[in-house]
Amino acid sequence: MTARPILGEGVGARLPRKEDDRLMRGRGQYVGDIRMPKMQDVAFVRSPLAHARIRAIHVPEGYRDRVFTAADLDGVQPIRAVSGLPGFKVSEQPVLATGKVRQVGELLAFCVAPTRAEAEDIAASVVLDLEELPAVHDMLAAREPASALVHEHWGDNVFLETQVDVNFAAALDAPIQVSRTISTARQCMAPLEGRGAVVHLDHRMDQLVVHSASQMPHIVRNGLSECLGIEQGRIRIVAPDVGGGFGYKGILLAEEICLAWLALRCGHPVRWLEDRREHLTANANCREHHYRITAYADRDGTLRGIDCEATVDSGAYSAYPFSACLEAAQVASILPGPYDFPSYRCRTWSVATNKCPILPYRGVARTGVCFALELVLDAVAREAGIEPWVVRAKNLVRPEQMPFDNITNKHFDSGDYPQALARALDAVDLPALRARQAAGEADGRRVGLGLSIYCEQAAHGTSVYSGWGIPMVPGHEQAGARLTPDGGLELRIGAHSHGQGLETTLAQVAHEILGVPVARTRLVHGDTAMTPYSTGSWGSRVMVMAGGAVATACRELADRALAIGAHLLQAEPVNCRFAAGRVIGPTGDVSLEEIARTWYRRPQDLAPDVNPGGLEVTAGYKPQRDSGTFSYAAHAVVVAVDPDLGAVEILDYVIVEDGGVLVNPLVVDGQICGGLAQGIGTALYEEMAFDDRGQPLATTFADYLLPGAAEVPDPRIDHMETPSPYTQFGVKGIGEGGAIAPPAALANAINDALGPLGVEMLRSPMSQRRIVEAVLAARHRTAVGARAAA
Amino acid sequence: MKAARFAYERPADLAALLERLAEADGSVKLIAGGQSLGPMLNLRLVEPDRVFDVTGVPELRRANLDGTTLVLGACVTHADIEDGRVPDVTGGAMARVASAIAYRPVRNRGTVGGSLVHADPAADWVTALIALRAEVELVSRSGRRRLALDAFVRGALDVALEPGEMLVAVRIPAIPQGSAWGYVKHCSKIGEFAHAIGAVLIDRQAGHGRVVIGAIERAPLLLADARPLFGGRIGADFSDRFDARAADDALREAGMSEAIDRHVHVTVLARAVAQAARPAPLRLTEAA
Repeated sequence: MTARPILGEGVGARLPRKEDDRLMRGRGQYVGDIRMPKMQDVAFVRSPLAHARIRAIHVPEGYRDRVFTAADLDGVQPIRAVSGLPGFKVSEQPVLATGKVRQVGELLAFCVAPTRAEAEDIAASVVLDLEELPAVHDMLAAREPASALVHEHWGDNVFLETQVDVNFAAALDAPIQVSRTISTARQCMAPLEGRGAVVHLDHRMDQLVVHSASQMPHIVRNGLSECLGIEQGRIRIVAPDVGGGFGYKGILLAEEICLAWLALRCGHPVRWLEDRREHLTANANCREHHYRITAYADRDGTLRGIDCEATVDSGAYSAYPFSACLEAAQVASILPGPYDFPSYRCRTWSVATNKCPILPYRGVARTGVCFALELVLDAVAREAGIEPWVVRAKNLVRPEQMPFDNITNKHFDSGDYPQALARALDAVDLPALRARQAAGEADGRRVGLGLSIYCEQAAHGTSVYSGWGIPMVPGHEQAGARLTPDGGLELRIGAHSHGQGLETTLAQVAHEILGVPVARTRLVHGDTAMTPYSTGSWGSRVMVMAGGAVATACRELADRALAIGAHLLQAEPVNCRFAAGRVIGPTGDVSLEEIARTWYRRPQDLAPDVNPGGLEVTAGYKPQRDSGTFSYAAHAVVVAVDPDLGAVEILDYVIVEDGGVLVNPLVVDGQICGGLAQGIGTALYEEMAFDDRGQPLATTFADYLLPGAAEVPDPRIDHMETPSPYTQFGVKGIGEGGAIAPPAALANAINDALGPLGVEMLRSPMSQRRIVEAVLAARHRTAVGARAAA
Repeated sequence: MKAARFAYERPADLAALLERLAEADGSVKLIAGGQSLGPMLNLRLVEPDRVFDVTGVPELRRANLDGTTLVLGACVTHADIEDGRVPDVTGGAMARVASAIAYRPVRNRGTVGGSLVHADPAADWVTALIALRAEVELVSRSGRRRLALDAFVRGALDVALEPGEMLVAVRIPAIPQGSAWGYVKHCSKIGEFAHAIGAVLIDRQAGHGRVVIGAIERAPLLLADARPLFGGRIGADFSDRFDARAADDALREAGMSEAIDRHVHVTVLARAVAQAARPAPLRLTEAA
């Protein structure tokens, strides 16, 4: 725990977000708000079939100049997201389909017209001649030799298979062995704002200007440059206000490439705004994991080992830049979670199917991994006849082990995991809860408690991602810092803020060093023309990386300001210090405003040997170790389950979280609450189902259920702050954690409630219908058992 | 997606509207609140040539009492009923049903007439108003007629409207003094369409009960004489006499083959019965 005093607006201040003033008044400026003279709209002709050979695409004669197919896109390269991991099979995602289509929603043609409705009219007039092929819709069946093939030349449907084995055989004599089959449903990321792009040609700069709802604008520029074969200097990506990313705004879209190609030729701006149906059915999904997992343990709950076979449905293509294997292969390295045990084996498969590509969604593979491991730990507890918390307490990494290298060589930087568990248990009052369960509920519902603990590696850098060999490897993060002539501050970062509150929190980081008021600090982001290169906002990395870079740049600015200030005070720099926005010398002090005014407006007052770099700095930063920060949390949830209707009410939700030193606890609370909402969606509501022809079965939010205000409780959040030893201020990345633990915590709570009825839920979402099915099946078993006994 | 092109007209009085309805060429859809038709247009599930907006007709927005019968114009909104801007003859039952329809923005625009004509089996009014013995008033150029709501709703998204005819009003008779009302719906989450609805109107003194099971993917199942669900007799102890097995049989006879579906509907109906037996109205979301 840190005892540092929190001063004013700096690191640790609980400031409301600056950006909310415009966002909450409806004054945000999104891609959909952009209007340009002569702008036309694009609608896409998409495959109605999951797997089919393309025999012909018939374009009505009158629309020949408004419809474009693969035959028109001469020289445009397919999207290739290759991993360097050995054995990875490459998929080439054509920008417009050629030969065959491999998923519903795959692009076959695009149509341009003055309005979207007219473009859709044209799209509806295009006639497709498709020969349907058997759809690969089940990832386990897709691994079998008899399966139809998504990419024929591979010979199978496996993007990548991996295996880890650490001393596994030593676990085999454990007295407790518990096996479970556990799975998470395919989901959509469902940001409030979908994807979208407005593209025009800027003749003055000879640049293609792409306004795109992206969380990684510089990566989009890489991808566009590669696919279109034009130099990066001719492309400018502007990501304006973006309404939520969650990973979905990270991928390079074939739609963006089509629009860029069109804008280079058509002489007017073009626009495409993804509609909800396209989002749900066409562009990317997430989360579909399947686990066969066995835990080996001693009777007191001590883990001896874990064995797991994990399969991830990666969809038809490897999405750019994260690739089709990041998710499954990550499973093998992160499955051990926050636990220390001696034996481990994990095999993983990234499987190609006739579905849209899978993407890393908030929490990436951690949500699935946490679900599998935490559910099997509860099964161990039931088998051993001990409280679930005991199994966790026995096996959590202990504070005296820090820093700790776990069984897959993950380097835990700091933390006190058992304390987080203890505080969560204390908050929910376990003895009272057990007494309540024993007494029963007057309304016939059943109450249960669920626990879930995870750790989140964040801001992991070059040493980690170079091993993956994917198109995007983060290096040093850079930030620009510039004092304005009137003493204000401009910060520039290449990452993007789309809900994280960086316009506020990075200003707080700068304030901590320079003392410039947060209100006088502006963050420039989301524009490749104005910001340093960055891989963007992903992996809970920005506060560690861009925050570290901003701090580094501001320190350099403070040094330069000190030298100028000392000269103005007619003192030696060594006798002066910089504090709270002023240079203080032996006999007086001078403000940053005065120093800035002097540099820009009265250079005649500067020392002859003044640093010619002035009051503008671009600085780069990497933590001392780039293996990542480890934030973590213990979630404890109390639910009431209606066994007859399957309704789950969350009565209490406690989160004890350790994100290192918090730059702004209010923003962190917001991140946790948002993540929790998404985790509740994973646990109870969200599912993108497919039929056996590979047709997505949810096409609107009437079918794809998201939790609403009534379904998301206010959690009770308890912050621990164990500083990271490797980062500026000891911060850790925390952006994704809120979405990791809830599905496991809720499953364990439901199972705690319904376990006495013989119910164990092992598959998300735990929808009302699945719960009722399980309850009725258990009642049936009980009745049959009773008859047999009689 | 965006709607396909259509012509939009908003006649200012009923005669003009009926005239256009009778004479317009091509396919026609009437729009009131647009809470179902709007998305259907945008998804191109319907592509009418013409859309006539009926909200410009003053008489469709009126609500009045005809003796003890409440007459609601087709364009009275759910929120009008929820907020008590129209009279009530149901002891607050209709206001409670209205208050749990979808979300408030939907209730602000959605209309009782539009909901009945759309006849989504999972919609609240289709089930609740059949239980309350409502009639609909239908008008065309050739005249006016009344039809019991349970006869008007023929099936899912299927109602007994003749060409050129429209629904102008709903007539709800006052419920007898001392009646017991129970209405429970079960949704995946607050505001979504129901998976199961149970509506119960019991007249203990008369020994009569009317039960409707809704959200069953066809027209709601009306048991106009519900005594078989209560062991053949309805009295003050009706709640204790509710026979879940008889309800299950009724659903099986109605063609509901999945045991789990019947279990959910019977559970919801049992809760509606229990609610009717309680003196104070409870919030409608208790099963959600």
